[in-house]
Amino acid sequence: MEIRLQNLTKVFQSKKAEETVAVNNLDVTIPSGKLIGLLGPSGCGKSTTLYMISGLLRPTNGKIFFGEDDVTTVPPEERGIGLVFQNYALYPHMTVQQNIMFPLENLKVPKDEALQQAQDIADLVGIGNLMNRKPAQLSGGQQQRVAIARALVKKPRVLLLDEPLSNLDARLRLQTREEIKRIQRETGITTIFVTHDQEEAMSISDEIILMKEGVKQQMGHPQDVYDDPDNLFVAKFLGTPPINVFDGVVESKKVKIGKATVTKSKSADQEVVVGVRPEGFNIVEKSDLQVQVEFVETVGRDTTLIIKNPNQEDKTFRAIVDADNKVKPGDKIHLDVKPHKVFVFNRETGELVE
Amino acid sequence: MLEEKHNIKAWFYLAPAMVLLLVFTFYPIFNAFFLVFLKDYNYLQGTWDGFTLTENFRYVFKNQNFAQAMTNTLLITFVSVPVSVIVALLVSVWLNSIKKLRGTFQTIFFLPYVTNAIAIGMAFAFMFNQNYGLINTFLGWFGINPVNWVGLGASWSNAMFSLLIYTVWLGMAFKIMVFLSGLQSIDKQYYDAARVDSTKRSRIFRKITVPLLSPMIFYITITSFIGAFKAYTEVIGMFGERLGPAGNDRALITVVALVYDALDRSGAPGALSEAAAASIILFGITLVFTLVNMQVSKKRVHY
Repeated sequence: MEIRLQNLTKVFQSKKAEETVAVNNLDVTIPSGKLIGLLGPSGCGKSTTLYMISGLLRPTNGKIFFGEDDVTTVPPEERGIGLVFQNYALYPHMTVQQNIMFPLENLKVPKDEALQQAQDIADLVGIGNLMNRKPAQLSGGQQQRVAIARALVKKPRVLLLDEPLSNLDARLRLQTREEIKRIQRETGITTIFVTHDQEEAMSISDEIILMKEGVKQQMGHPQDVYDDPDNLFVAKFLGTPPINVFDGVVESKKVKIGKATVTKSKSADQEVVVGVRPEGFNIVEKSDLQVQVEFVETVGRDTTLIIKNPNQEDKTFRAIVDADNKVKPGDKIHLDVKPHKVFVFNRETGELVE
Repeated sequence: MLEEKHNIKAWFYLAPAMVLLLVFTFYPIFNAFFLVFLKDYNYLQGTWDGFTLTENFRYVFKNQNFAQAMTNTLLITFVSVPVSVIVALLVSVWLNSIKKLRGTFQTIFFLPYVTNAIAIGMAFAFMFNQNYGLINTFLGWFGINPVNWVGLGASWSNAMFSLLIYTVWLGMAFKIMVFLSGLQSIDKQYYDAARVDSTKRSRIFRKITVPLLSPMIFYITITSFIGAFKAYTEVIGMFGERLGPAGNDRALITVVALVYDALDRSGAPGALSEAAAASIILFGITLVFTLVNMQVSKKRVHY
């Protein structure tokens, strides 16, 4: 089912009547049957958005549509959503089976049927053999699956997950995110999950929505957003190691970092910020961009060069080059940049130039 | 070495409480168990006439007030405790769910705890007054004739009813306080999860609130039962040393009152042992009941 958020706004008011705009005029259409990652740094309003979709929070302004239905004022119990909380909120006094069956009992599903459905869904998420355990007897990953099973068992129209992997260790996180993807594919339920981990969002989402300070920055297929960021924030937020940011200028259709011309531009002369992805460099015989290598990190097939440059935000920048390049610290090298890995942003607004 | 040092320190910390407990709790308990087996113990002269296993208990059983005291005590216990626990639970859940005036109501419900039981008893006695009490005024609005609750010649059942109301009310404050703090420690997400899953309020109460609060409920129930078995102050508070309405003296006598009765006669030979016997009977009942309670609750309390 398609979900449409229309001018969605949430303002929190503190006791001293100070207003915080958590979500600001969010306009998004979430396609049916897809896995959507709601991504952003903490405090960007992503969880608030999720809880407004769930109905647990009332929007200050704007509308929420499930398909054609306006559900803005519909209470959460009537929205038909499944919600997985950040710390799972499994009822500690109930067994796994009782936890999973709880929503079905609310819907007055006959006992036999409920048992069968609970077992089916538990098998789907891979905890079918743990039905008689209590949550405290389960590992984090298992608890997480129980929470997903409980959210899925009533066949919700939408599945919402709030930072579902943040309580898991690194290994389990990798495993579980694949699992979430698989479960989503098998059930075909429109799923929205919130995360601050760009790698997590990029690896499993069909589409990501990137937010900052309550405002949507960009939405799209993860790779498209990575390859084609709308602004400096998006470019910086996606990618590890992060994009290198240089102070530069556009001068007579040329983009320059310091004196070196890195690429061409169609726009008028102005001061700009130039972003170059770490993988966007080539070592060449001769170019404008001559630099001195400070450190060399070789991990597996990649070599990361850590290089000093005066015209940039940080003290050094990173270039990932092929391990075949035998570069040593202190070497002077010439770099060329791949045009599609260079982004030019307006220095004031951070918006992409041209 | 280090551990031993810490041990000595620990004993120092424990000492003040231990000394008080030894003098005022452990010694009297052991003494009671000693006294109960003495025959015709004379408290003033410190002499006794050999030992006996059952005689002092038989004195208690033969006491003309024993049956009444037992009935009253058990009635007070098994009515006031469940009623006050349930009412306190409902009040706490309600208090926890309101936002406006919560602090005010919390204070109101907590006031009885910081008020003297005797003073409250006198206020209740007045509320139940036949001619100008609040209760009868209220009943009068529905055309019910004034009832003689606690006045001259009031019946046992009327007096007991008034006493029970008072006892329930007296015990509520502390229970509400404990339940409220318990409720506030329950993770709000359980309720959000239940809401998303379309759970009815009554079911949320039964399936989530009560089980998650069960350690508190258990603690309150056990301590209230133990307290109720020792009922005495309540009767004194409402009826004074007559232990019943005027003209129906000792109608509301309790087991603890029996102990005091015997102590009043402590100059007489064997009276102190009789008091000890009565208190040991009470101790036995409380112990057995508490053990049963703990067994029953094992399956129902979720820590």
